Amino acid sequence: MTLRSYVISRILLTIPMVFILLTMVFAIIRVLPGDPVLLHFEKVENPQAIEEMRRRLGLDKPIWAQYFDYVVGLFRGDLGKSMQDYSPVAEQIFSAFPATFELAIFAMIIAVLIGIISGVEASKAYNKPQDHVIRVFGIVTYAIPVFFLGMILQMIFAVQLHWLPVGGRTYPTMEPAGLVIPLSPPPWGFATHFLLSSIPGLVIFAICFGVTRVRHRRFTRKIVLVSLAALLFVWILWAFAGWHYISIGELRIATGMYTADSILEANLVKFVQASRYMLLPSLTLGLVLSGVFLRLTRSNMFETLRLDFVTAARARGLRESTVTYGYALRNAFLPILTMMGLQFATLLGGAVLTETTFSWPGLGRYLVDRINFRDYTAIQGAIVVFGIFVAIVSLVVDLLYAYLDPRIRL
Amino acid sequence: MQKPETKRSMLSTVVPSIRSLTKRGLAGWLIILGAILVTGVVLMTALSPWISPHNPSTINIGLPLQSPSDSFPLGTDDLGRDMLSRIISGGSIMLQVSILSVIVCLIIGVPLGLFSSYAGGVIDKTFCLIMDSVYAFPGLVLAIAIAAMLGTGVVNMALSIAVVYVPSYFRVIRSQVLSIKEMSYVEAANAAGARNHTILSQYILPNVFPSIVVVATVNFADAILTAAGLTFIGLGVTIDIPDWGYDLTNGRRLLASGSWWVITFPGIMIILLALGFTLMGEGLSELLNPRLEQ
Repeated sequence: MTLRSYVISRILLTIPMVFILLTMVFAIIRVLPGDPVLLHFEKVENPQAIEEMRRRLGLDKPIWAQYFDYVVGLFRGDLGKSMQDYSPVAEQIFSAFPATFELAIFAMIIAVLIGIISGVEASKAYNKPQDHVIRVFGIVTYAIPVFFLGMILQMIFAVQLHWLPVGGRTYPTMEPAGLVIPLSPPPWGFATHFLLSSIPGLVIFAICFGVTRVRHRRFTRKIVLVSLAALLFVWILWAFAGWHYISIGELRIATGMYTADSILEANLVKFVQASRYMLLPSLTLGLVLSGVFLRLTRSNMFETLRLDFVTAARARGLRESTVTYGYALRNAFLPILTMMGLQFATLLGGAVLTETTFSWPGLGRYLVDRINFRDYTAIQGAIVVFGIFVAIVSLVVDLLYAYLDPRIRL
Repeated sequence: MQKPETKRSMLSTVVPSIRSLTKRGLAGWLIILGAILVTGVVLMTALSPWISPHNPSTINIGLPLQSPSDSFPLGTDDLGRDMLSRIISGGSIMLQVSILSVIVCLIIGVPLGLFSSYAGGVIDKTFCLIMDSVYAFPGLVLAIAIAAMLGTGVVNMALSIAVVYVPSYFRVIRSQVLSIKEMSYVEAANAAGARNHTILSQYILPNVFPSIVVVATVNFADAILTAAGLTFIGLGVTIDIPDWGYDLTNGRRLLASGSWWVITFPGIMIILLALGFTLMGEGLSELLNPRLEQ
C-alpha cells in the first residue's frame, strides 16, 4: 500500500466513524427516554412555554426530520440554539474551544515528558528500589481521581503557599475581548522585539530537525537549507508583522490560546502570566496521564537497552545520557506517538474534570455549566465537538505515524 | 490451551490458593495486596453502622469545619458532620455503582464479543465499527451525556458507566476468540461435528475466561473513578447518603477556608479502593498472560 492510498483509506474510514458518533449523540439526547424540553423545564407546568421552545428549536418535527436538520446543520457549522437564550451554540463553543485545546496540548507535553523521563530511569534501574518507586507512582496515577489531585495541588500551591493562582485563565484585566487583542507597545524597542521574534522560528526549525532525525536519520544539505529558510521566513514575518500590529494597537488574528497569543505578540509579561495560570491545571492532567507513558517507555526501553546497538554505542564511549535518550529512546518514539493518539480521548475526559476544578473556561466547563442549566441543545453541541475533536486528532496521529514509519506503507 | 477445560478447572485457573500466590513472585503479592485493600474497604463499608463513632448524617450546627481532634479524629465538614463516620460509611454508593456497571458490561460485552467474532463477516465488521466509535469517544464525556439524560441515581450512573466500557470487554474478547478459533482443537471439534454453541461454550469460553476476569478487575477501578467524576460534575446520587464523591465535591467549595481534611480523606479512600482493583488487575494479567512475563 502506498502512502497515498493509506491516507485516502484512513480518511474514508473516519467518515463512518464520525457518522456513528453523531448518530449516537443524537440518540442519547433525543431518543433515550427523557424529553430534553420537558427535562429543561423540570417542574414548571406551562404548556405554552414548552410548545414555544419546541417550535423555536425545531423539536416539534418528527424525529427523522430532526435528525436531518441536525446532520445538515453540522455540515454548515450550526450546532443548534441554546435552550437558555436561543443564542447559537456554535459561537459559544468556538470561543471556549481554544482554552481546552491549549490545556490539552500542555497536559500532553507534561504527561509525555514525565512519562518518558521516569520510564527511562525505571528501565535503567530495573528491579532496583528506584524502579519500584517509579512503578508505584505509575500505578497510583491509574487510581487517583484527576480532580482530587487537582484540588490537592490547588490546596498546596495556591491556598497555602500562594505561589500560583487558584484558578481561571488570566487576570480579569488581561482578558482579551473576543478575538481582538489590544496590543500595548512593549517596554522594549524594536531590536529586542526582533530578537524575541526568533523564538517561533527556532521552534519550527527544531520540529523540522526532529522529524528529519526520526525519519531519515541523517541530514542532507537540502534539508538543512530548507529548515534554515523556514526559520528565516518565520522570523522576518514575525518580527515585522508583529511590530506592525503593535504600532496599530490591536491584533485581529488571535488563536484564543493565551500562551500562543502572547508569543504571537512577543509579550513576555503576558506569556509568564498565562503560563502561571496554565501550570497547575496542565500539571494535574499531565501527572494523571503520565503513568501510561511511563509504563510504555519502561517496557520498551527495558528490551532496547539490552540490544546490541546500545552495547555498541556504549563501547564507543558515548555518554550514558546520549546512549539512552539519543539512541535507545528513538525506538520507543513510534509506540509513544500511537499512545498519544489513543490517550487523547482520556485526556479530554480528564479535561472536563480539571476545568471544573480550576474554573478553566474551556469546553469541559462549558459542558458542566450547561448541565447545571439543563440546556440540552448546548450539551449535545459540546459533546459532538468533543467527539469530532478526538476523531480528527486520532486521524492526524495515524497519518503522522504512517509518514514516520515506512513499514505501514509496505 | 491443550484440551477443553471443565468449568471447575476454569475457576481454578483464576482463583489460585493464597499459598500458591505467594510463590508466584511479585504478581502474586500484587494480587494479595489488592485483595486486602478491596476486602478492607468492602468490610468497612458493610460494618459501618456498627463501627462508626457518630451518625454520619447528624448535623452539628455548632461544630462546622472542626480540624481533626480527639472527638472528631478526621474533623467535621461544613455542616458539622463527623468526617470519620462519613469516610467509614461513604463507600456504599461507589461500590454499588461499580459492581452494577461491571455486571451490566459483562452481560452485554461478553456475549456480543463472542457472537461477533464467531459470526465474522459483515456482522463482525459492523459491530467492530460501532464499538470502535464508542471506544474512541472520551469515556467520561459519553458517560456525562447519558447520565445527564437518564438523571441521577445508582442504577442510572451504573448504566451510563457501563455503556462506556462495553467496548473494552468486546475488544478483548473478540481478539481472544479470533486467536483461539484458529487452534487445532477447535478445528478438530468443528470437524467432529460439534455445534456452534457447544464450541463457544465448551471450547472457547473457558479459554477466554481469564481475560474476562482481568478486564473486569481493571474495569472496576475505571468504573469507580468515572463514578467519582460523575458525582463531581453533579450527576451523582443526590439523596442524603454519605458518599466519598459527594464529600470531595463539597470540599471543593471549602478549599479556600483551608479545611484540607474535608477533601483529603475521602480522596484517599477512593484511591485505596481503585488502587486495590488496579493492583489485582496488574497481578492477574501478569499471572494469566504468560506472554508478558519476562
